[in-house]
Amino acid sequence: MIALNKNKIKVMAENLSDSSAGRSLWKDARMRFMQNKAATISLFILMSIVLFSFIGPYFAVWSYEQIDWNAMGSAARVGMPSIESGHFFGTDDLGRDLYSRVIQGTQISLMVGVLGASVAVIVGTLYGATSGYLGGKTDQIMMRIVDILMSIPYMFVLILLLVVFGRSIGMLFIGIGLLSWLDMSRIVRGQTLNLKNKEFIEAARVTGVSDFKIITKHIVPNLLGIVAVYATLLVPGIILAESFISFLGLGVQEPSTSWGALIKEGAGTISYDTEWQLLFPLAFFVVSLFCFYFIGDGLRDALDPKER
Amino acid sequence: MINYIIKRIGVAIPTLLILIAVTFYLMHAAPGGPFTSERPLPPQVLANIEAKYGLDQPIWRQMINYLWGILTEFDFGPSYKYHDRTVNEIISHGFPITLKYGFWSFIVAIGVGIPLGAIAAIRKNTWIDYLAVGVSIGAQVLPNFVMAPLLIIVFTLWLDWLPGGGWNGGEWQYLVMPVIALSTSYMASIARITRSSMLEVLNTNYIRTAKSKGLPTKVIFFRHVLKPSLLPVISYLGPAFVGLITGSVLIDIYFSTGGMGYFFVNAAFNRDYSVMMGITIVVGALTILFSLIADLLYAWIDPKIRY
Repeated sequence: MIALNKNKIKVMAENLSDSSAGRSLWKDARMRFMQNKAATISLFILMSIVLFSFIGPYFAVWSYEQIDWNAMGSAARVGMPSIESGHFFGTDDLGRDLYSRVIQGTQISLMVGVLGASVAVIVGTLYGATSGYLGGKTDQIMMRIVDILMSIPYMFVLILLLVVFGRSIGMLFIGIGLLSWLDMSRIVRGQTLNLKNKEFIEAARVTGVSDFKIITKHIVPNLLGIVAVYATLLVPGIILAESFISFLGLGVQEPSTSWGALIKEGAGTISYDTEWQLLFPLAFFVVSLFCFYFIGDGLRDALDPKER
Repeated sequence: MINYIIKRIGVAIPTLLILIAVTFYLMHAAPGGPFTSERPLPPQVLANIEAKYGLDQPIWRQMINYLWGILTEFDFGPSYKYHDRTVNEIISHGFPITLKYGFWSFIVAIGVGIPLGAIAAIRKNTWIDYLAVGVSIGAQVLPNFVMAPLLIIVFTLWLDWLPGGGWNGGEWQYLVMPVIALSTSYMASIARITRSSMLEVLNTNYIRTAKSKGLPTKVIFFRHVLKPSLLPVISYLGPAFVGLITGSVLIDIYFSTGGMGYFFVNAAFNRDYSVMMGITIVVGALTILFSLIADLLYAWIDPKIRY
């Protein structure tokens, strides 16, 4: 009897999903996202930038750490952007090819942004979901901790961490990620509070599913939409933080580079008539951040029905 | 209200203690002591120096001593790198500078941001609105370290109006660019928050009622719209303050203004732990104090908050 019912339910469920195939949550969201012109164009530009950072090196004449002795020290006269010399974006003051360095900086900055955001998303989601689901005293204590951490000036602590544990790129993104999950955990907690009294969670609890399993199998998947939105908005924030630290000279170490380090170099030499050293990295930086913000906004409109 | 204040202070004090404890243990987890150098000192000399600074005692003892020094005499100990300067001297030298341009940046961010957002909300879908929205989106991707070099290109190199750096006792020419560079992105955020919260308030029923009973626009705006739409702005002031003080590090480096950030980054390069620790704690205390004030202000303005 039960088996029969199960089959029936299965058929019904299949019918249901068949009839709603055109309007599932994600498909609906994709349609809404595509209607947002700014977001679609931003996505396209961002993909081009990512693609460029992978394909670009095959067209480079110089590597990112190779020094062109002709241009060294006389970048203002010899190192300007040109096709003939192979320095498409010009050279920096040491005669290194800016085209290759911008590509390398793009790779590193995007990588730090994405990895840092993933650390923040994983920690923040689990923390927020646990806090919201368990509720009561645990919730209060966990959220108090977040409050306390939030009022600490984290950039100072991050610089401290970098000095104490050595300045490496791994430390950089772990540090940034570990310090930027706080907002995420608050948002996730709020959503979890809404979810946890729904019937399907109650059903899971009644059938004896463990708390951990309910959080990871039933609550977190239902949070994915909002997590995706805030993750997209987190990436530019983390890129900004990394650039800030690299601008101070405390981030990525030579000969590796990142947008912040390149902007710092370019900004330091603007009085020598070598504007390209600032403008090329700056253009990549500004355009990419714009794209991330527009994509994040588009995703929010598409996935978060409350905001509309 | 009093209960709320006490409760809120009850959170602020442990926060500060945790910050101090974390920075203190971090410093001690760092490899190498403050006196390890290229040329190793004779063990006896090292032991004497460590005894002088109290470094031979157990770590919890050192921490209590340190905390005691701060609480009773506001003493952050000596700098480990510049033997003739104490951390106090460094802080009292750099801090007024940071405070001065930080204060002006804050004023500019609020004084321009709120009116800009308000005008954009009232004149929705006019060119002023589009301009305000455009500026606030643009400023999101123009953080202080991008603004600073762009300002120098325009105002120092092209127009030759302003000096490219220095402090000179805080004359206004030296103040303009740091303040603009530091405040722009917060001004933009404040404008965006003001705009969206004011739009929300303008659509509420009680504003419609006020309009329909024929109140003049000015009265509606100042008596009924302004206060509730400023609430989100007030809750943003705490994070904005943290951002400003973080940004000041960069301003000090790029414009050579000589504030706290300059000493902080120098200390980071020199591994001058006591200076880093002192500045982190002072900045942390300031931010905690500020977010306390912002929260109390919020509770005072918003009658819906129950304590």
